[in-house]
Amino acid sequence: MKKIIPDIKAIPSIRNARKQAIKLSEKTLEKTLLANSFFTDFANVLLFIARIFKETFTRDFEFKEFFRQCFQIGYKTLPLISITGTIMGLVLTIQSRPVLVSFGAVTMLPGMVAVSLIREMGPVITALICAGKIGSGMGAELGSMKVTEQIEAMEVSSTNPMRYLVVTRVLAATLMIPLLVLYADALGMLGSYLGANLKGDVTFTLFFSQAFSHVQFIDFNPAIIKSFFFGAVIGLVGCYKGYTAGRGTESVGKAANSAVVLASLLIIIVDMVAVQITDMLIS
Amino acid sequence: MNNIQKEVPVKERSRNQIIEITNLKKSFANNAVLNGVDLKLFEGENLVVLGKSGSGKSVLIKCIVGLLKFDDGTINVYDKNLASLNRKELDLMREKIGFLFQSGALYDSMTVKQNMEFPLRRLRKNLTTSEIDAKVLEVLENVGLADALNKMPSELSGGMRKRISLARTIVVDPLIILYDEPTTGLDPVTSDEISSLINEVQKKYKTSSIIITHDIKCAQHTANRVIMLHQGKVYLEGSLDLFEKSDDKLIKSFFN
Ligand SMILES: Nc1ncnc2c1ncn2[C@@H]1O[C@H](COP(=O)(O)OP(=O)(O)O)[C@@H](O)[C@H]1O
Ligand SMILES: [Mg+2]
Repeated sequence: MKKIIPDIKAIPSIRNARKQAIKLSEKTLEKTLLANSFFTDFANVLLFIARIFKETFTRDFEFKEFFRQCFQIGYKTLPLISITGTIMGLVLTIQSRPVLVSFGAVTMLPGMVAVSLIREMGPVITALICAGKIGSGMGAELGSMKVTEQIEAMEVSSTNPMRYLVVTRVLAATLMIPLLVLYADALGMLGSYLGANLKGDVTFTLFFSQAFSHVQFIDFNPAIIKSFFFGAVIGLVGCYKGYTAGRGTESVGKAANSAVVLASLLIIIVDMVAVQITDMLIS
Repeated sequence: MNNIQKEVPVKERSRNQIIEITNLKKSFANNAVLNGVDLKLFEGENLVVLGKSGSGKSVLIKCIVGLLKFDDGTINVYDKNLASLNRKELDLMREKIGFLFQSGALYDSMTVKQNMEFPLRRLRKNLTTSEIDAKVLEVLENVGLADALNKMPSELSGGMRKRISLARTIVVDPLIILYDEPTTGLDPVTSDEISSLINEVQKKYKTSSIIITHDIKCAQHTANRVIMLHQGKVYLEGSLDLFEKSDDKLIKSFFN
């Protein structure tokens, strides 16, 4: 099949030249970026977040999948959080009781436990547990969907996988983690009540009225706000690691593992920043 | 089992060209996978694309449905230039193309029924629930797995998974089907069954197909025409006969 008429593409044109130039500049950009994998990673994360934002504010929101994810997050973590929440309150009480007794300030116990649970322990421990359970789950699930071409299968079914899989999961995590934190706080206080009754003897109403006399709205607000961020971090990191997993089966494990590590680290960092900001705002 | 597909000689078939690929190039970083591939798919035919693993067969068909962006060349599907389509037009075009993924790509978190409904609900938005149910059942019966309706993919054998994926592909009535290694990883008996199923689908739904494989038995079973990829280019193109009689070392290594 020899061609007699010369190929149109062979005729040089300005458009072609521009295309080539763009391609070249893209290639060099690619290479410089590759030189430092940290910066590529960082840039990719930002691009990923930008895409999520773009896909969130469209008309076709996948409500069904969103509610399924919310349910999944609650269902998967509720037993775990119930146990850790209760034990957290119990242990905190048992540990701090002797000190308070020696100061003759045992009536401060419920209030002190409540404040430290609500401000710090509840949000951070819940978030770390969810990073382990939810973050790794998302990393593994999306990673294996990527490896077994399920994400591509969605795409050829006119479904935007970013919208269907990622947006729903990130939003579900952002919404559910604060609720789980509140739940952990409540169970922590019950655990604390149990702990207080192991040694001393205090009625339910007295314990909780002592607790709430020390807790103010100002304790809740920053804690809940930072919990939203913890949730977003868990969803984003889990989805990012899963969605960008490599092509072999071993990358599924890697995605799950690195999701937990990165999410936990970011939670601690976000917590530190949040504490600084609250401190500045309150004082 | 059946060799009916050879009843229509290539020349007499209407030669309506459905897919036309010219000079397709695609590389990943420094790995040039496709290096100027030319390919045509005609209406109603089964085109088998042969090539050893890693020769870029999957990359080729993923370019056709726009899952991968290619670097150079043109792909025309029903006379529409793929590169010029916007997102919406691309979705419209994808409705006409069914893709059977190499790994099956069944959604793990959904039952067989939900798997089948997923593309139906999204591509055929005007169907009622009862129409969807009927369609799902009809297609499942066609692949002989009507009783798997409420199973999870993890409960299915490899052959059953392939059948269900094929069912999910044809449930939206595509005009073109791209098969990515439909028989790889299956035992010889199941492979034959899948090959027969491919022929049945071609006859029943009047589809045109590109069948990617390195399984010669599957090729012999289904091919109307064969193309072989090697080092990013079309190495040989023609009837199965031409391939079987070839003296070329590379081709011979495939056929025995
Ligand atoms: N998404 C991708 N990223 C990087 N390399 C890829 C990608 N997809 C395929 N490749 C490479 O392209 C080549 C051809 O792959 P493929 O088309 O899957 O081969 P096969 O003919 O076995 O289907 C392989 O070398 C593979 O590593
Ligand atoms: Mg392949």
